[in-house]
Amino acid sequence: MSKLVITAIGPASSVQDSGRYGGQRYGLTPSGAMDRLALAAANILVGNAALAAAIEIGPFGAAFTARDGAVRVALSGASRNADISGRAVASNTSMTLTDGETLTLGFARGGSFSYLAIEGGIAGEPMFGSLAVNARAGLGSPYPRPLQAGDELQAAAASGAAECRIDLPPPVIGPIRVVMGPQDDEFGEAKNLFLDSEWKISATSDRMGYRLEGPVIKDLHGHNIVSDGTVNGSIQVPGNGQPIVLMPDRGTSGGYPKIATVITADLGRFAQTSAGTGFRFKAVSMAEAQAEVRKSREMLRTLPDRLGPIDNFALNIEALRDANVAGAAVSAVDAGTWQIPSPADLPSKD
Amino acid sequence: MAATLSPPRLLPSGDSAITVEFSRSIDDVANQRVLALDRTLARETIIGVTETVPTYRSLLVHYDPVQIDFDTLSEKLITLAQLPVPPVTKMRRWRIPVAYGGEHGIDLEDVARTLNSTPDSIVARHVAGDYRVAMIGFTPGWSYLSGLDASLQTPRLQNPRLLTPAGTVSIGGVQTGVQCLAGPSGWHLLGRTAVRTYQLHRDPIFLLEPGDAVTFSAVDARTFAEQDRAAAAGEIIAELIAS
Repeated sequence: MSKLVITAIGPASSVQDSGRYGGQRYGLTPSGAMDRLALAAANILVGNAALAAAIEIGPFGAAFTARDGAVRVALSGASRNADISGRAVASNTSMTLTDGETLTLGFARGGSFSYLAIEGGIAGEPMFGSLAVNARAGLGSPYPRPLQAGDELQAAAASGAAECRIDLPPPVIGPIRVVMGPQDDEFGEAKNLFLDSEWKISATSDRMGYRLEGPVIKDLHGHNIVSDGTVNGSIQVPGNGQPIVLMPDRGTSGGYPKIATVITADLGRFAQTSAGTGFRFKAVSMAEAQAEVRKSREMLRTLPDRLGPIDNFALNIEALRDANVAGAAVSAVDAGTWQIPSPADLPSKD
Repeated sequence: MAATLSPPRLLPSGDSAITVEFSRSIDDVANQRVLALDRTLARETIIGVTETVPTYRSLLVHYDPVQIDFDTLSEKLITLAQLPVPPVTKMRRWRIPVAYGGEHGIDLEDVARTLNSTPDSIVARHVAGDYRVAMIGFTPGWSYLSGLDASLQTPRLQNPRLLTPAGTVSIGGVQTGVQCLAGPSGWHLLGRTAVRTYQLHRDPIFLLEPGDAVTFSAVDARTFAEQDRAAAAGEIIAELIAS
């Protein structure tokens, strides 16, 4: 058995999967990945079940080292610089770390969360059918808390399967779609202000909720309701009029009125919106929101059809393009800064 | 033919959940209808319904919109929610020991002063209550109870405390409750219980269910300490006095 050692990691990084369900009636929140499509892409690349547990990596950098043998992993989600021992690697590809090699990830640029899936999945003891970390409830395995440098994850010995890439559809752009309610009638005219304004995500956001900055949204009756149930994407408006979008580590009930709910299909895209980036909401009908659920479910189901072999040259062009976005010392027009690795630098397939 | 009850309001909570709202305020009759609909949904499986979350005044019904759409589910819920509430024939009743006042209930004396009463009288009235678990929420095992003596109603704290101890038994507004984990609270702390309403690696992990009946008994601080050690080792401590 090999292992993957976390050699460096920032806050907001933890083991996550599809989450745990059935306990919300006891106050147990589902947790689970902030961006399920990215989680699924990483898992599919290494042959795991789409929503198996993987490492959710927050906006800061991280480094992972293979020990006691090779470990095959895949990266998806927020774009960032990534290299294995100085050799650039691309997001949305699988890769093998030979014994002692380190995968180093930079800060997230577009987006906030990346997913590193390990071939064979993460070894742990599921609670309520999930390994997802919920630190407040003491749940999560192998560590019931966010990951820290020095943590070790048991990993299957790398299979030696050919590395592959996954071609995800182009990212959806445009406003974050919401279904109005359940308490939109509490807000009168302020509903229009909510829909017509530009919002930014505050830097104080976390896996429990994303705090929004924008105009003050006034409730007609004073911002207190008798607590009722919440869902991922509930947009509650507390007394200061600055909405909070509830995320997978939310409280299961809350006493602030909820003006609208982010549609399921846009939750991952919303979770990946970086702090400080302006965006808008758009109200859609229930029929449209539910049609989008079906579409995204179908996309998740057919993700394996999007796998393809890695063409070494294409891989590196992509890595270079990613690196270039960051303003790294690589120029798309100056071939002199390109470093195409020789086959000898590629990971061993043994 | 039995008369049907007034229809609840069905409020969309996104594309995968419906809030079935029976009242906008805390109301025992509404809570009984919430719990009755919850029991009905547990009994009469509707394909696509994945999870239900009872609260004081509404039932949140999570569903998979690929299996059942909003309109179809709404229709079924409206019908089921207007069925007469059947009498509860089986109810679990728990007795939960509480160490009132002192370091375990730092607000007891303030509450007594605010209500022009004495700590002993406050404790006597709190212990005499016959409570029902109206909902469990916020954090794992936080059990909100209905049935607080009207003379014990107090406004919540102006400035909620950021950290209150695990096992705190408190009052706030018309409610009382038992919290399991340490966490923030704006309620008045009357005492602490060793009972863990949520404990991993114990069977059951969650002790109380929405709808269970609860009474309290007063114990001294030394008994609390003994019970707390036993509870940490996995003992349930709460007595099941009827089921």
